[in-house]
Amino acid sequence: MSNVRRWLMFVLVAALALGLAACTAAPAAPAAEAPAEAAPAEEAAAEAPAAEGAPSGPLEIFSWWTTGGEVEALDAVYAIINERYPEIEIENAALVGGAGQGGAMKALLETRMMGGEPPDSFQVHLGRELIDSHVIADRMEPLDFLFEEEGLNDVFPQDLIDIASYEGHPYSVPINIHRSNMLWYSPEKLAAAGVEAVPTTWDEFFVAADKLKEVGIPAMGLGEADQTMAAHIFESILVSVFGPDDYRGLFDGSIGWDDARVTEALEILNKMFDYVNPDYLSVRQGEMVSAFATDEGVAMFISGDWSHGQLKAMGYTDYSWAPSPGTDGIFIVLSDSFGLPKNAPNRDNAISFLKVVGSREGQDAFNPIKGSIPARVDGDPSLYDEYQLTAMEDFATNTLVPSIQHGAATKQSFILDYDFAINEVAANRDVAKGQAMLVQAAEDAGFGE
Amino acid sequence: MNLQRIWTRSAIYFLLIAFAAYYLMPFYVMLITSLKPFADVQIARMWELPQNPTLEGVLRAWTSVAPNFWNSVRITVPAALISAFIGSINGYIFAKWRFPHADTVFILFLVGMFLPYQGVLIPLVRTLQFFGLYGTMPGLVMVHCIFGIPITALLFRGYYAGIPNELLDAGKIDGCGFFGLYRWILLPISLPAFAVVLLWQFTTIWNDYLIGLVVLSNPSRAPVNVAVQNLAGSYFVEWNVQMSGALIAALPTILVYLALGKLFLRGLLAGSLKG
Amino acid sequence: MANRTYPTVRVEGERGLAASPATRKRRRPGWLRGEMLIALIVLAPSIFLVAIFIYGFIGWTFYISTVKWDSAVVDYTFVGLKNWQRLFNDARFHSDLRNHLLYAIGFMSQCIVFGFLLAVLLDLRIKGEALFRTIFIFPFAVSGIVTGVAWRWLMQPTTGINLLFAAVGLENFQPSWFVHAKFGMLAVSIAAAWQFTGYVMALYLAGLRGISYELREAAAIDGADSFEIYRYVIIPLLAPVTFVVIVLTGMNSIRIFDLVAAMGGSGPAFATDTLAFNMYQTTFGSYRFSLGAAIGSFMILLSLFLVVPYLRSMRGEVER
Repeated sequence: MSNVRRWLMFVLVAALALGLAACTAAPAAPAAEAPAEAAPAEEAAAEAPAAEGAPSGPLEIFSWWTTGGEVEALDAVYAIINERYPEIEIENAALVGGAGQGGAMKALLETRMMGGEPPDSFQVHLGRELIDSHVIADRMEPLDFLFEEEGLNDVFPQDLIDIASYEGHPYSVPINIHRSNMLWYSPEKLAAAGVEAVPTTWDEFFVAADKLKEVGIPAMGLGEADQTMAAHIFESILVSVFGPDDYRGLFDGSIGWDDARVTEALEILNKMFDYVNPDYLSVRQGEMVSAFATDEGVAMFISGDWSHGQLKAMGYTDYSWAPSPGTDGIFIVLSDSFGLPKNAPNRDNAISFLKVVGSREGQDAFNPIKGSIPARVDGDPSLYDEYQLTAMEDFATNTLVPSIQHGAATKQSFILDYDFAINEVAANRDVAKGQAMLVQAAEDAGFGE
Repeated sequence: MNLQRIWTRSAIYFLLIAFAAYYLMPFYVMLITSLKPFADVQIARMWELPQNPTLEGVLRAWTSVAPNFWNSVRITVPAALISAFIGSINGYIFAKWRFPHADTVFILFLVGMFLPYQGVLIPLVRTLQFFGLYGTMPGLVMVHCIFGIPITALLFRGYYAGIPNELLDAGKIDGCGFFGLYRWILLPISLPAFAVVLLWQFTTIWNDYLIGLVVLSNPSRAPVNVAVQNLAGSYFVEWNVQMSGALIAALPTILVYLALGKLFLRGLLAGSLKG
Repeated sequence: MANRTYPTVRVEGERGLAASPATRKRRRPGWLRGEMLIALIVLAPSIFLVAIFIYGFIGWTFYISTVKWDSAVVDYTFVGLKNWQRLFNDARFHSDLRNHLLYAIGFMSQCIVFGFLLAVLLDLRIKGEALFRTIFIFPFAVSGIVTGVAWRWLMQPTTGINLLFAAVGLENFQPSWFVHAKFGMLAVSIAAAWQFTGYVMALYLAGLRGISYELREAAAIDGADSFEIYRYVIIPLLAPVTFVVIVLTGMNSIRIFDLVAAMGGSGPAFATDTLAFNMYQTTFGSYRFSLGAAIGSFMILLSLFLVVPYLRSMRGEVER
C-alpha cells in the first residue's frame, strides 16, 4: 500500500506540476518554434548561394485600410513585394479605425506595442501621431540608414522629412499625401436646387443649403456613428476661420482653444448640422458615401481625398470637387507612412517592405488607386487622374497646414478628446460644452509646454 | 371556476409563447440575414425570409473568422481542462482539509471572482510582457486558468462538501493519504462536477472578449469573438456577413448548451448560490 | 505560513501518519503536519497566483493611478491624487456615471421583473416546461459580442424593431435606440437583459422549487388571493434569491463592456459610454495609463459596495 501511495503521489504531483508548467512554461513553445522555422531558411540559404540574403518567411503589415480603394491600393504594393521577394509571405492584418473607436486598430496596436509584440511594420500617420505614441517611447528604429541607402532624402520634400523626424532622425517612410479639406459634390443635385456654383465660403454654403432644403436634399453628408467625421469637417472650418498661421498657433500654445474664433467655427459647424442627412448619428461614413452615390443621398460632403479613391472603386463618376468652403489656397496635409518597430519579428522582411514603400514604383502603384498623390516628388504624372494632378499642383503651390484628425498636428490623446468634443456638439448641439471640452483637451495635451 | 381556470391557463401559455418569441427573435434575424445574399439585405425587408437562400455570407464570414475559430478551440479546450483540474484539487482541499483560516482564504478567492478585470489589465499586460507571454496563446490560456481558479474552486468545493466525511475516514483507515483519498475516493465520483465545471469554463472562456482583446489582439491569433467584433467594425456594413460571423462564434456554445442544458443549468445555480 | 515551512516539506510529507506523538510535539502544531501540510503545499501555487494576479495587480493598478504615466513612455513619478482629481472633474466620467445608473435601472428591473415572472409561470405545472426553459436561458449561452452584433442590427433606427413598430401602426414611435444622445444606454440595457433574464429566471425557479407546491398552486388558482400570497408569502421567502440577483446584475452593471463595444462604442456624446469602455480607450487608445488605472481602481471600489454585503451573507454558509 505504501508503495502504491508513493507512486500515486508522484504521479499526481507530476500531473499538477505539468498542469502548472503548461501554464508557466508556455513561453518556451513559441521560442522553440522560431529556431525551427529559421533553421530551414538557413539551410536553404546555405544550399543555394544564389538566393543568399533573399528575405523570406512571414511579413505582417498592420493597417487600417479595409475599404474599397484602400485595399486595392495596398494590394498593388503587395504585388510588387511578391514579385521582388517571392519568398516573403505577407500577412495582411487590417482593422478599421484609424482614429476611431474601441477595438479599433490604434488601440490594438498600442496593446501590442506596449506588450512588446509589434507587427513587422504598421501604418501610422506621419508626424506627431507616430512620434508621441511610439518614438518617444523608444519603440521605433530610426531609419537614417534606409533613407541613405535608398536615396530618399533627395526625393521627399524636406518639409515632409522634417515632419517624419524626431531629433533629426526620420522614423517612418511616407507612402502618400492626402488632402483633408476637400468638398465632394454632385453637380446634378446642386443644379436641381438651382445652386449655380459650388460654395466657396460658409456663407455661400448656407445660402445653397437653404435652396437644397427646399427641394428636399440634405446639403451636407455626415456619418457620425464612428464619432470621427464631424471632427474631420471641423478642422477645415477651423482653418477657414483662423487662416493658416493662427491655425498652427492652436497647437503651440500661442492661441488658446477658448479663443472667440473657435466659438465662431463651432457655431458654423452647429448650424451645418441643420442641413445634414437626418440619420447622421447612426450611419457610418461609408454608408453615407454609398448613399451620396445614388439619387437619394446628400448633395455634398467634406472628406479627405481618399473618398475619391472610394468613389472610384465604386465605379461612380458623377461628382466633382473643390476645396472646402473658405480654404482655397490652403492644403491641410496628412500622410500615411510605415515605420520599423524595434524587435520586429521579421526585421529584414520589414526593411524590404519599407524599401518598396519608399520606391517610385511602390508609390506609383499605390497612389493612383488610393486617390492620393505620391510623397515622392518624382511620381509619373501619366499615371494619375485629373483630380490627382490638380492635387499635385496644389501640394506644390498651396500653403500647407497639418491635419488634426489625421495625426499630423498633434498627439493621439488629443485627437481622441477632440473627436469627443466635436461629437458632443453633433449629438447635443451644445457649442459651449463642446468648446469647454476642447479647452480641457488642449490643457491635457500640454500645448506650448 | 373551471372556466376561470381555462382562462388563466390560456393567459399563461400566451405569455410564455410571447416571451419565447421575444427570446428567439434575435436568433431568427441572425439566421435569415446570414442566409441572404448581400443584395437582398434590404432595410425594408429585414424580417422577411430569404427569397434566394445562399451560403455566400456564411462562406465569406467563415473565410475571415475560421482561423480565429480554431484559435478559440485551441485556447478554450486546454484552458477549460487545466482549470477544471486545478479547481478539483483546490475544491477538495477547501472542502476536506480544514486548515486554519481556510474560510478566509476561500472568501478571498471568491472576491477575486467578482472584481472587474479593468482593475488588473495594465499590470497584466506588463507582467505577461515581462515573461514573454504577451500576445501568445499559452499566455492567454494561463490568464484564463488563473482567473478561473476562484470559480472552479467554488464549484468543486460545493460538490465535495456534499460528500460525507465518513467516506474519507474509511479511506484514511485503509492507509490513503492526501493524494490517495483524492485519487481513489473522490475522483471516481467527480464526473458530474467535472462536467459542470468544464461546461462552465468552456462557455466563459469561449465567450470572453475583453481578455482576448487585451492579451491576444493580433488579428491572426485572436480568439473568435475578437474577430467577430473586428468584422463588425468595417465602414461598409455587410449585415449578412456580420450575422454569419456572429452565428459561427455562437455555434459551439449553443450546441453545447442544447446537448448539455441540464448541466449548464446546474452550473448557473451553483455558481451563484452555493457556498 | 506555507512558505515558511517549504524546505522541510517533502520530508514531512513522506513520514505523514507514521510520525510518533513525541516528535510531533517537538516540532510544529498538529495541523501543519503530514497530510495537511501536503494539502497546503498543493494549494500554495493557487494562493500565490490569486494573491499576485488579483490582489497584487489591483494594488499595482492603484499605484499606477497615483503616478504621472500619461503617455506611451512609462513614468512612475508620484503625483498623488492628481489623476483622481482629473477623473472626478471629467465630463466623460460624469456621463459614465449617469450611464451606469440608467443601465442599472433598466437592466436590473427587466431582469428581476421578467425573470421572476417567467419563473412563476414556468412553475405552474406547464406542458413543455423544459422547452420553454431551454428557450429562455438560450441567450445566456452566447457571448456579449454576438448579442451586441445582433441587437445593433435590430436596433438600427431605420430598420429592425422600428419596422415592426411601423407595421403595427406605430409610424410615429420610432426610437433612435442606442444612438439616442441621452437615453441610448437604456437600449443597451434591453439587449443585456435579453441575454441575462434566463439566468435570473433559473435562479428564481430554483428558489420557487424550495417552496411547498400547495402554496404556489393556491396562489396560482385563487384569483384575488393569489397576489396576496405572492406579495406576503412567496416574495418574502424568495428574498435571499432576490439578493443574489441584485448582486449579480449589479456586478454586471459595473463591468459592462462587450455589449457596448459591439453596439456603438461610446455612442453620441458618450450616450453609451461606460467605465469599462472608457478605461480601455483611455489606456490603450489615448495612452493615459495613470488615468486609465484610476478608472479601473474606481471600478474596483464601486464593486466593493456589492461584494462586501454579498460575502457577509455568504459567510454563514461558507462556515457551516
